[in-house]
Amino acid sequence: MNIVACVKQTPDSAAKITVENGKVTWDAAPVLNPWDEYTVEEAIRLKEKHGGKVTALCLGPETAKEALKTCIAMGCDEAILLSDPAFEGSDALATAYLLAQAIQKIGAVDLVLCGKQAIDGDTGLVPMALARLLDWSPISYTMHLEVDPASRTLKATRLLEQGKQMVTAKLPAVIGTVKEINEPRYPSFMGIRKASKANIPTWGAADVGADPAKAGVAGSATKWPAIYPPPAREGAVEIIEGTPEEAAAKLVDRLIADKVI
Amino acid sequence: MTNKIWVFIEQFKGAIQPASLEALGAARTLGDGVTALLLGQGVGALAQAVIAHGADEVLVADDATLADFRAEPYAALVAKLAQEHKPDVLLAAATTAGRDLSATVAVELNTGVIADVIGLKLVDGKVQAVKPVYAGKLLSDVTFAKDGLQLVTLRPRAFPKPEPDPARTGVVTSVAPVLAEDAISVKVVDYAIEQGQVSLTDAKIIVSGGRGVGGPEGFAPIRELAQTLGGAVGASRAAVDAGWIPYAHQVGQTGKTVSPDLYIAVGISGSIQHQAGMRSSKTIVAINKDPEAPIFKLARYGIVGDLFKYVPALTAEFKKRLGK
Repeated sequence: MNIVACVKQTPDSAAKITVENGKVTWDAAPVLNPWDEYTVEEAIRLKEKHGGKVTALCLGPETAKEALKTCIAMGCDEAILLSDPAFEGSDALATAYLLAQAIQKIGAVDLVLCGKQAIDGDTGLVPMALARLLDWSPISYTMHLEVDPASRTLKATRLLEQGKQMVTAKLPAVIGTVKEINEPRYPSFMGIRKASKANIPTWGAADVGADPAKAGVAGSATKWPAIYPPPAREGAVEIIEGTPEEAAAKLVDRLIADKVI
Repeated sequence: MTNKIWVFIEQFKGAIQPASLEALGAARTLGDGVTALLLGQGVGALAQAVIAHGADEVLVADDATLADFRAEPYAALVAKLAQEHKPDVLLAAATTAGRDLSATVAVELNTGVIADVIGLKLVDGKVQAVKPVYAGKLLSDVTFAKDGLQLVTLRPRAFPKPEPDPARTGVVTSVAPVLAEDAISVKVVDYAIEQGQVSLTDAKIIVSGGRGVGGPEGFAPIRELAQTLGGAVGASRAAVDAGWIPYAHQVGQTGKTVSPDLYIAVGISGSIQHQAGMRSSKTIVAINKDPEAPIFKLARYGIVGDLFKYVPALTAEFKKRLGK
């Protein structure tokens, strides 16, 4: 099984995010996107079960190699950074295009795994756009996955709003994973040593044969002219005092008066 | 100039999903002349409800290949219809199906998607949207940079659900599917559906428990309050990680994002990650014994005290007032 795990580097979910003059900064070191930890874990488990190799693939700046080192420390065999000034400002669909180009260059890939979404842009569009671009089986929101390399088929359980859906499909496939799929491992000591010595290649536009008109700002159909903090919630909290019975009566009065109930 | 606004109506086993009706309501604020896409098997009877909620035209595709939402046959048909009729805007709910459909159609039509929108208007036919980013810690204005179909998914409960008007009339047109079953890779084999659960993302009222509830049995008063109010039960990551309640109930950055009318946070301190999932709730009530808990900074009303005394009292009071 030749598996590619697509990952992103994002701010830590506990980081305080600030925006000044349209530039977003945060007060902690960036991390491997939390949703991607599950996808990397699943890729490694599939390799452990069926053999083959796992390549972690990330679009981002040079500093995103730190996220790829986390992937290697967890157990990925190889990592590739997709980075080029021409890629900057890519929206979700342009990102999917660049990942698809890279996956085609890697060649003979059986399975691509992606996290559900990145915790910065929060679009969740990349996995299924990637599946369509590659014309592979699209399986999103996967909480359980069984692959049969011999028959080149898979069985997946998807988590929908209404409950679980069981599906089958053919390989190759693009799988979007959710948190229920596994419990990600911590990087091992040996893994961290391997990651610190790993040579992570950087692929640019020419390496993956990317059409500049489809990448970066030029290739993005959407743009985001302004980014700003949400409006502060109106009014301070009103602390309701009294015995449980008194406080309950007062609170219900308020909620009825506010037409909340 | 009139704008052609299309809405993808999501149905699950013959039930129209509430967020699709919200999308119909949003479509009517963008312009007159709303066309709804209704795909499924045996769904023709739903067309009248779609018209009553704001559609002027319904394109119905009724076929066994469309019985369950699947990205391949749904996107192929929606993309073909969009190429033929050239709508300016296609709205869908930002649900699992809506996200998959929009991403796939965008590839087919070489356009983009603005996902998970909470504010929307049209200026000279161009979408101007607002969406949360960084899990709602920031908002972003988003627009389309190119011509072509403007695909937008709307966050559930961010737009009001329109009142149905049974007197509304509209045109129902049948359309044929594009892909035959043998051209579709993904086969739906089975479902496991939990009955009687209120969906967190569609819930008007959510009562959530956190570390302060102390154990699985601590969710009993929370469930009772939620049940009294016809609401859903949520939880913080701390309670889920402790194994007190399944992950499906988790609200927050790595759980569900919710926007109920009323969010009652019980024994939840209110970490940044939890706030990310619930800060767009309309009214927040916090019950916590720690007066310094960050949740009180978001809350409209707060009670500082022992949840095991205050929550049952609140349940009793609601029962009395609501005549239950």
